[in-house]
Amino acid sequence: MSVIEISGLHKSFGSLQVLKGIDLTVERGDVVCIIGPSGSGKSTLLRCVNLLEQPDSGRVVVDGTELTDPDVDIDRARRRLGMVFQSFNLFNHLNVLDNLTIAQRKVLGRNRDEAERIAGQNLEKVGLAGRERSLPSQLSGGQQQRAAIARALSMDPQVMLFDEPTSALDPELVGDVLGVMRTLAGEGMTMLVVTHEMQFAREVADKVLFMDGGVVVEQGPPAQVIGAPTQERTRTFLARVLNPTGDNP
Amino acid sequence: MALTRRQRRTAIRGTQYGVLVVVVLVVAFAANWRDIQRGFFDLDAARQLFPDVLSTALVNTVKYTVLGFVFGLVLGLILALMRLSSVPPYRWIATVYIEFFRGVPALLVFLAFGFGVPIAFHIRFTTLSTVVVALGLVGAAYMAETIRAGIQAVPKGQMEAARSLGMSQLRAMVSIIIPQAFRIVLPPLTNELILLAKDSSLIYLLGLTGSEYELTKFGRDAMNTVQSMTPLIVAGLCYLIITIPLSYLSRYLERRTSGESKQGLEVLS
Repeated sequence: MSVIEISGLHKSFGSLQVLKGIDLTVERGDVVCIIGPSGSGKSTLLRCVNLLEQPDSGRVVVDGTELTDPDVDIDRARRRLGMVFQSFNLFNHLNVLDNLTIAQRKVLGRNRDEAERIAGQNLEKVGLAGRERSLPSQLSGGQQQRAAIARALSMDPQVMLFDEPTSALDPELVGDVLGVMRTLAGEGMTMLVVTHEMQFAREVADKVLFMDGGVVVEQGPPAQVIGAPTQERTRTFLARVLNPTGDNP
Repeated sequence: MALTRRQRRTAIRGTQYGVLVVVVLVVAFAANWRDIQRGFFDLDAARQLFPDVLSTALVNTVKYTVLGFVFGLVLGLILALMRLSSVPPYRWIATVYIEFFRGVPALLVFLAFGFGVPIAFHIRFTTLSTVVVALGLVGAAYMAETIRAGIQAVPKGQMEAARSLGMSQLRAMVSIIIPQAFRIVLPPLTNELILLAKDSSLIYLLGLTGSEYELTKFGRDAMNTVQSMTPLIVAGLCYLIITIPLSYLSRYLERRTSGESKQGLEVLS
């Protein structure tokens, strides 16, 4: 059963057409990676899924609820979608534990004990047990991103959205975050991931989308899209990403 | 003969100190120290001012200032949110308010609430409510702009993260954005408190009874009694007791916030 169904999605910023009719379905338990050059609209697509950007036209249906319906309670609908940002966006004035519990308490109405118990489990999962009292500014980028993942998980989402989660990280910290994401995928979490990590997409994704110029150029299993692309644009992009110096191996 | 750079610097420095010493000496010999002491630093007159200058005047100044500040802060926050509202009339109202009260002299506002409004509506305000309302109305206009800037200085991602977690716009404002905005604007708000402490003296023009005297009125009256400027000097020193610690506090807070936000920027880049 499809958890996310997107059809005919269009989005413009002023005169710039960023999304030119996107169709995408994500099945429950699947990991879908969106790859493509910068400016291809992949982050905008992800942000349209939880309506951080309002699409100009088209439908976004999550778990049977149409988010693009103007009458839908968007705050309620967003609870099913966990979002992880490139720049982490932990709440800077709150320690790690409060970052994880504030929405549980204020949005889901959980009491403090329950919220802290759930936060503790998720911190354990991302390898941050013991950092409950740290402020975001006292954590490394990798730790902040893992805390942000734990924060999203604490809301018990149906789907996790990742917007280039490792792009702002020092190279040696990328592995920790990808490790957490692999674990999540292994547990059967439905994930929609915008990423430049081809290795991750190849090994973890059930489906890969290549976007360029606001359209989906090619999609399919990673072995096909990354391993044996049929489109010229996909081949050009992969050649640049996988072999950035242009050397012939 | 041309001087070297170092010789020239020494000569200039020497001339400056020389001029200073001459001026000090001339003043020291020319001045009538007895008159100056009686006029400005009359210790007997100063002694008569205590303890009332502290127990009444200073206490009242602090009371007027703090209550006016609190009223202004609440009103300023509401105005700041109106300025940022997506409803245009709210923005217009807030803009007109802010431009008006920043543009007219505070004294005019004091006169309006001391005399104008009571005459127009046949009502009487107590001194306390007049000073609190007048100070608050003026302070709110400045604080609204400060708070608005603070809210806009909170990175956009904070609101996006809050909304992604299912918080409503209002909930995100209250729990996430405003607490961070207040950390950012604490130093300028402290400066506003200093300005209000000084502006609280304007109530002096409205006629106060003895127990309502604040520092300026107290000094002004005592000056007549003792025929010396000493009471004004004492009142001035009492203002400094309030303002100097606040200005150091403001600078300390500024250093602390700028240190924090530098870390924040690294994280968000």
